[in-house]
Amino acid sequence: MKIHLSNSVWIGNIDPFIHSFDTSNDKILEITSHKKWVSVHPVVLCMITGLGLFIRRNQAELNFKKMEATSKHYFERMGLFKILGIDSGIKITSHESAGRFIPLQLITNSQNLDDFIREMIPMLHLNPEQAEPIKYIISELVRNVFEHASSSDGAIVCAQYYKKSNTIRIGVVDTGVGIKYTLERFYHPKDDFHALTLALTPGITGTTTKIGGTEANAGAGLFFIKSLAKMSRDFFMIYSGKAMYKLLKNPKNKQIKLISDPLKDHFSSETNLPFWKGTVVAIDLCLNNILNFNKLLDLIRKVYREGRKQQNKIKYKKPQFI
Amino acid sequence: MEIKFYSLVGAFAENKDIAKDIRVTKIIPSLENGEEVTLDFDKVKSATQSFVHALISDVIRKNGIKTLDTIYFKNCNDTIKKIIEIVIEYMQDHS
Repeated sequence: MKIHLSNSVWIGNIDPFIHSFDTSNDKILEITSHKKWVSVHPVVLCMITGLGLFIRRNQAELNFKKMEATSKHYFERMGLFKILGIDSGIKITSHESAGRFIPLQLITNSQNLDDFIREMIPMLHLNPEQAEPIKYIISELVRNVFEHASSSDGAIVCAQYYKKSNTIRIGVVDTGVGIKYTLERFYHPKDDFHALTLALTPGITGTTTKIGGTEANAGAGLFFIKSLAKMSRDFFMIYSGKAMYKLLKNPKNKQIKLISDPLKDHFSSETNLPFWKGTVVAIDLCLNNILNFNKLLDLIRKVYREGRKQQNKIKYKKPQFI
Repeated sequence: MEIKFYSLVGAFAENKDIAKDIRVTKIIPSLENGEEVTLDFDKVKSATQSFVHALISDVIRKNGIKTLDTIYFKNCNDTIKKIIEIVIEYMQDHS
C-alpha cells in the first residue's frame, strides 16, 4: 500500500488524496509526504494511524519516509509518530504553543471514552455552549465504532481548533468491518454508497429491520451529526468501502432546512474509491454558525418525525388495485 | 424509586452501558414491583439521544406508552427535556 500526504488535504479537497491511495500490496505500507509543506485535516492523521496500526498488526512493513516539510513538527505534536512507534527524530521545543488540539487517541472502551470526553474540552479551550455539540459528536461516533465496527484498534480520534476561521475539525476513523457489512444482515445494501445513505437516514440501524431500531440503537446518531454540520454550514464526510458521501457547505444566503433523505441534501459522492476497510468520518464545525443546541434539537425533532413517517410508509406494503 | 444521574454519569450523560444497567437493574424491577420511578437529572447538563434511548425505549416498547404515567423526569434542563421528548415521541411512533 502507498499513501502520499500532499500539500493540503481538507474535507473540501480530500477526493484526490483518497484516489491516490494505492491498496495493491498489503505486505507493506509506504507513506510519503510533500517536501515543503503538509497541511491536513485531523481525519487524515486518523487515516494514516489506522493504516499504520493495521500494517503493524499484520506484521507487514511500515515504511514512513522521513518528513522534510517545515510543518513536520505538527505531526510530531499530534502524536502520529509516537502512536505508530516511529522515532521521527523531531524535537518539539518547550516554548512552542500548546495549541488548541486533541492529539491522536485510540479509544477502545467505554471508560476510555468517558475519560476522553472529560479531558478533551479543556484542551480545546472552548466555552460550554461551544463544547456541547463536540462532546455529542465524539460520543456518538465513537460508540458507533464500539457497537458496529468490530475494530481491533477501537476508534482513532483527533481534533483541531482553528482560531482564524473559528472552526473545529474532527476525525473519527476505524479499520473494522465497514458500514455495508454492518447493514447487510437486515438491509442488504446493493453497494457501499447505498449503505452510506441508509446509515445516514434516521431510524435505520444495523441491529434490526425495524424502523426505529432496538432498545440499544435508534439509528439516529449519524443523522444528528450530519445535521450539526449542516446547521453550521460546514462539511461532513463519511467514507467506507469504496464509497464516500460528502455534505457540502450550505451557501450563506440559503435558508437551512434539515432533510431526512441524505440524497436530497447538497452533497457530492464517490463510488469507486480505493477500498477502505472500516469507516472514516470527518466533520467541520464553524462555531460562528452553530445555532443554539436547543434550537437544533427542535429542528431535528421536526425532521426526524417526518422522516420516520416516510420510512414507515416505505415499509408497509400497500395492496395493488388494478 | 428515585435515580440520581449525576453521581452515576457526571454532567454529560452519554454512556449507554450505564444507561442499560440503570434500566435493567433499577427501572424495570421498580416498575414490575408497581413502584413509581423518578429520573433525577439534577446537575446533568446534557445527554445524548443514544443515552436516553438506551435508558427508556425498551421500557416503553415492552410495557406500552402507559408506563410513562409512572415515570417522572426531574430537574431536567431544556436540552435534556428536548432529548427526552424526541426519544419518547420516537418510541410512540414505533411501539
